[in-house]
Amino acid sequence: MSETALDAGFFLRWMTAAAASVDREASRLTDLDSAIGDADHGSNLQRGFAAVVKTLEAEPPQTPGAVLTTAGRQLISTVGGASGPLYGTLLRRTGKELGEAERVTVDELRTALRTAVDAVAQLGGSALGDATMLDALDPGVEALTTSFAAAAEAAGQGARDTVPLQARKGRASYLGARSIGHQDPGAASSALLFAALAEAADQGVAE
Amino acid sequence: MSGAETAYVGVVLVSHSGPVAESVARLAVGLAGGDVKAPVAAAGGTPDGGLGTSAELITEAARTVDQGAGVAVLVDLGSAVLTVKALLAEGDELPEGTRLVDAPFVEGAVAAVVTAATGADLDAVAAAAGEAYAYRKD
Repeated sequence: MSETALDAGFFLRWMTAAAASVDREASRLTDLDSAIGDADHGSNLQRGFAAVVKTLEAEPPQTPGAVLTTAGRQLISTVGGASGPLYGTLLRRTGKELGEAERVTVDELRTALRTAVDAVAQLGGSALGDATMLDALDPGVEALTTSFAAAAEAAGQGARDTVPLQARKGRASYLGARSIGHQDPGAASSALLFAALAEAADQGVAE
Repeated sequence: MSGAETAYVGVVLVSHSGPVAESVARLAVGLAGGDVKAPVAAAGGTPDGGLGTSAELITEAARTVDQGAGVAVLVDLGSAVLTVKALLAEGDELPEGTRLVDAPFVEGAVAAVVTAATGADLDAVAAAAGEAYAYRKD
């Protein structure tokens, strides 16, 4: 699978699938956020990814890197909550790492995502086990060495594994031990992002 | 700005709330003496008036106060901090010489505006704002 070359079309499908998934799951994300946050995660991401798709459709970028940097920039501009700069940094940094190449391998994508996830950790000042999006992103990236499906599964498991954790970052951290027993909304949306990646890969195989 | 005039450090105040950012800006300018030459701009809330952080409002505010001497950005919390950091990492969104200042929002804003109004440089403005962390209240 590391031989597979991914083109701009693949990354456009990924972003489209992510937007659709965020749309479907918006109320669940907001419900998760209303338990420990300010109940806007679903609507914020919905607005952000809708803007991403609109921009990408208006003028589809020609390279994988350009698709992701454009998407990242849109998220930073339009989300309005902490998930904007965090997801924006994730996509933009991945895009920058992929550079100008017209096609990238899965291995190159994994390496770029690894760097980007580290940048997200640095931006948020968070570590694994803090009950943040990192707890889904990190296992997701690591499992990419196996397959897109494995990455989606690992990210989903990582998100579910935040339930017993105490939140150490963001508004949820003010709740202290009372944040235990709730899935982190950011980890949940990060799992959606990896599920959308697997979806884009499936669509590619079918074509 | 003509070349003969002093360029002042600009101050941008970023809060989750429009009214908070506006009020803190007024407070800081008022405590600095009212007739303040250093430009101060508020970037609070979202463009539709809601609570949150707007990259657009922040960028606009920074460009408004930029006189070429640098821009000190003070933020309240959470997404305000992350958005400014992400914009700075972008490299081309904010004016050159824009800096996120690590300072308490209200006290730091007053210190930053008072210092900027004296014509001090960005390092001095940032240092004065940061020193506000040391004023204990107990």
